[in-house]
Amino acid sequence: MFSSNDSNVRKFNTINRRVFILSLAKGVVFTGILARLFTLQISDNKKYLTLSDKNRLREWRLPPVRGEFKDYFNNTIAGNTEVYQLHVIPEQVENFKNLMVRLKNILSLSDKEFSKIVKKKNQQKPWETLIISENLSWDQFSKVNYYLHELSGAKPVLSVARSYPFKENYTHVLGYVAQASEKDLSDNENVKNKHVPGLRVGKTGLEKSFENELIGSNGVQRYEVNAFGKRIKQLNFQKGDKGREIKLTLDTEVQKLCNELLANKSGSISVMDIYTGEVIAMHSSPSFDPNLFLYGISYKDWDTIRNNPNKPLINKTISGLYSPGSTIKPVVALSALENNVISPNFKVRCTGKMEMYGQTYHCWKKKGHGVVDLRGAIIQSCDTYFYEMSRRLGVDRLKVTASKFGLGNKVFNNLYKEEKGGLFPSTNWKKANLGQGWVLGETLITGIGQGYVQTTPLQLCLMTAQLANGGFKIYPTLISNKYQESFEKIKYKMSQNLVKEEKYDSSIIRTAEEFFKPGEKDYKKLFRNQENVKFVLEAMFASTNQWNGTSYKSRIEDPKYQFAGKTGTAQVKRITEEQRELDLETSQIPYEDRDHAWFVAFGPYKNPRYSISVFVEHGGSGSKAAAPLAKKVIKKVIDRHEEREKLRKRNLVNI
Amino acid sequence: MFQQSSYTEQLTFFQKLKSFDFILVACVLILGLISNLSMFSTDGGEFLYHTKSHLIRFLVFFILMLFLSFFSLRFWHSTAYLFYIVILGFLIWASLYGITASGSQRWINLYFINLQPSELMKIAIIVCFARFFHREQITNVSSFKNIIVSLAILVMPIVLVVSQPDLGTSILIAASGLIVLWLAGLNIRYFVYSGLILLISFPFVISFLKPYQKLRILSFFNPDRDPLGAGYQIIQSKIAVGSGGLTGKGFLQGTQSYLEFLPEKHTDFIFTLFSEEHGFIGSVFLLIIYGILIYRIIKIGSISRSYFGRLFCYGFGSAIFIYIAVNMSMVLGLLPIVGSPLPIMSYGGSSMLATMIGLSIVMSTKIYHKQIIN
Repeated sequence: MFSSNDSNVRKFNTINRRVFILSLAKGVVFTGILARLFTLQISDNKKYLTLSDKNRLREWRLPPVRGEFKDYFNNTIAGNTEVYQLHVIPEQVENFKNLMVRLKNILSLSDKEFSKIVKKKNQQKPWETLIISENLSWDQFSKVNYYLHELSGAKPVLSVARSYPFKENYTHVLGYVAQASEKDLSDNENVKNKHVPGLRVGKTGLEKSFENELIGSNGVQRYEVNAFGKRIKQLNFQKGDKGREIKLTLDTEVQKLCNELLANKSGSISVMDIYTGEVIAMHSSPSFDPNLFLYGISYKDWDTIRNNPNKPLINKTISGLYSPGSTIKPVVALSALENNVISPNFKVRCTGKMEMYGQTYHCWKKKGHGVVDLRGAIIQSCDTYFYEMSRRLGVDRLKVTASKFGLGNKVFNNLYKEEKGGLFPSTNWKKANLGQGWVLGETLITGIGQGYVQTTPLQLCLMTAQLANGGFKIYPTLISNKYQESFEKIKYKMSQNLVKEEKYDSSIIRTAEEFFKPGEKDYKKLFRNQENVKFVLEAMFASTNQWNGTSYKSRIEDPKYQFAGKTGTAQVKRITEEQRELDLETSQIPYEDRDHAWFVAFGPYKNPRYSISVFVEHGGSGSKAAAPLAKKVIKKVIDRHEEREKLRKRNLVNI
Repeated sequence: MFQQSSYTEQLTFFQKLKSFDFILVACVLILGLISNLSMFSTDGGEFLYHTKSHLIRFLVFFILMLFLSFFSLRFWHSTAYLFYIVILGFLIWASLYGITASGSQRWINLYFINLQPSELMKIAIIVCFARFFHREQITNVSSFKNIIVSLAILVMPIVLVVSQPDLGTSILIAASGLIVLWLAGLNIRYFVYSGLILLISFPFVISFLKPYQKLRILSFFNPDRDPLGAGYQIIQSKIAVGSGGLTGKGFLQGTQSYLEFLPEKHTDFIFTLFSEEHGFIGSVFLLIIYGILIYRIIKIGSISRSYFGRLFCYGFGSAIFIYIAVNMSMVLGLLPIVGSPLPIMSYGGSSMLATMIGLSIVMSTKIYHKQIIN
């Protein structure tokens, strides 16, 4: 009994001792757990809070709203319209296949469209928005809404898309937008950063050049999502900024007239302010409706555009290179006068052709013009006179003058990626590029705007403008900006430059001036003696307004609209002797062999303000095909002048 | 001696009620409240299936606990071996005709309830050992015969549970049994020897583990190894707890849980959810409640005059501590993931039933603390 009691005491002692040790161990473990809780929840709280937010928050970027284009009168020429779209987020759809089959019936999608959508779905991430249709008709949209309860996962949305309200009128000026391609993304970091499925970017024209300004910024929707990526609720919505609005100097009224006049023709019309350099109209024909490209152009439409022999995809005004023909004669004459090669009284007898080193050079008039002086030669566009004058002048001196007036150079510096500079040849050029010596005969044909000379229609418009303003350099622009110097100021500066002797022009000083006075430009004189310019301008006036002038039939007698111009008929093919004998009418020649018709002009003659160039590809003679169009445009431009001035003055006050 | 025992045996109902441990009951009620609110949160703030069944189970088993508390300690002593044998029988039944869920055959169908006998074994093994060592002389505890028998008592259920397979529960059963053996006074050197043997055999044990178990151990050491696979639970649990901060995200505001980043949030990871919503302060409060609960159990054991009652209370209190420590260490990333519920908090009827039976034996020890069992 005692021993058992003693054993019992020992037993109890053992268990009490051991439970004490165990309790100490528990205390240690308990402290360990507390310490762990402390590090997780207090010390590292920030880190885990961030991780938890990263878990539950997801952002969706919305397509940015593109900046608009306005014309000079604030009409929207490239805007945004509301469109009805149908979006699906594949991961939120229980049975994608069923939904698609249902949608196919409701929207009556073709098998091709259907498989295209399925293909698109497989290419993107399951939580990315899949755009089933980008532009539902109202009919389809209401139908989808009607059946919406059966279409869980489909989301009809109101979105914005580019629209070109004037359709083909501004196609070449603005370019067009379409879905961003891989190349667009790799070329432009900004586009890459803002890219969302369905984003449209500029493909050509100003839409492309001003991409970074136009694109705007993405709106952001922040959602709480669960572990399976399903959106639970929208937490906030951050509106994106609309892209910059860009105002152009163009006048839609004139632009539309140009489009009408060139309907069914291939060609170009451009109009420019001869002081400010503002382009008032610039149209290339044939054109197409840029809205077609918005939702992916159909193969049929694309084929029609691409296979059109008149090349609607090319902006002929700045990218089309053609022989200018007689339109450059005023500059040739000016060059000869400036270089004192001839005097205005210098006379040549035109017999219809000229023999030189066994080659015969023909005047356009077979019978010849008889004895002509310089004025007469410009009025009647006598080729023989210009052959002789060019022979004495030489191509290199001619090139200096021509380049000054803008021939063979880009009109806009970097505004258009597709703009071409053209070519005005020289002896050095030929040696360097063709490896051959210059032949005198080439000088002769260069003097009448044939041969190697290649210009764009807009270059000729600029050339005419710089003649018409008295011979001063101007700076062509399409973008209306607040730094634009006023017409009065430019005119004053030109008069200052007239009396000022040409001084050493330091490019460093010029750069500094431009830095401190943005928009301040130097309107350099391009002549030695302004009398020469005046003589040429008067001759151009007579060419239109004198009975024997080449564009006499297109004259306007009302002094308000009276203009001066020069025709041009550029040969596209060497004319054989037999053909010359036949002397066919334009309509009797195959289209591709017909001459290009040109006309450049400025008006009103008393106080000139606008210059114009009209080009009709294979249009025949300049006086018949181009001048009548110019007449209509000039009338319109001068009619619009007052309104334009009113707006300009209002803008001046605002600044 | 005879007088004493006859005195305790004649306790009236009110005397019994008066000697109830009300702190213990309060702790259980507070834990019950917390667990039901947490369950409500796992259901996304709605009174849905998990909350409903958890509440019913808690109430039923809590009343059962109160009822069983009136049974004398001698009753528990006399039925101890039977209890163990019945549960062992259930385990064999489960291994033969058990219900399989998520790859483990651990439930048996008792027509009114699906029982998980391995959970009950956690208690049964303690009761069984308490009785086994009750009458043993201290000098005899470490005898060869005793060691063989107690190892047999311990190993049989573990083998059955491991084969279900249910590694977590078998570890906990083993831990409960070993704790009791330690408390009963088994010579320390056996623990040292077996510890050494375990250490040496560790590489061999590893080779017997299932691939997913190996992955869990690997991902415990480096959760970022496979953040979407095996490491996912640890990472998401740590994020949830860590993002709770000092005061937590607020009741029903735990983003990790209601956005379903948290796995097993009803059962093993219920503490994570609680900790996310109530922060450090809430977690410490919960730990304190558990601490008081364990302290009371040990305290009750220390006043018991019978060795059976004392050993059971010490053993059960320590076992509860181990369950809590293992569960919390696991969700806090201190231990590899093994299935182990948090007593009273976690969803699961068998675990709740086992805990309540254990508590009722503790309560009975308190009421009959003067009873001496021969």
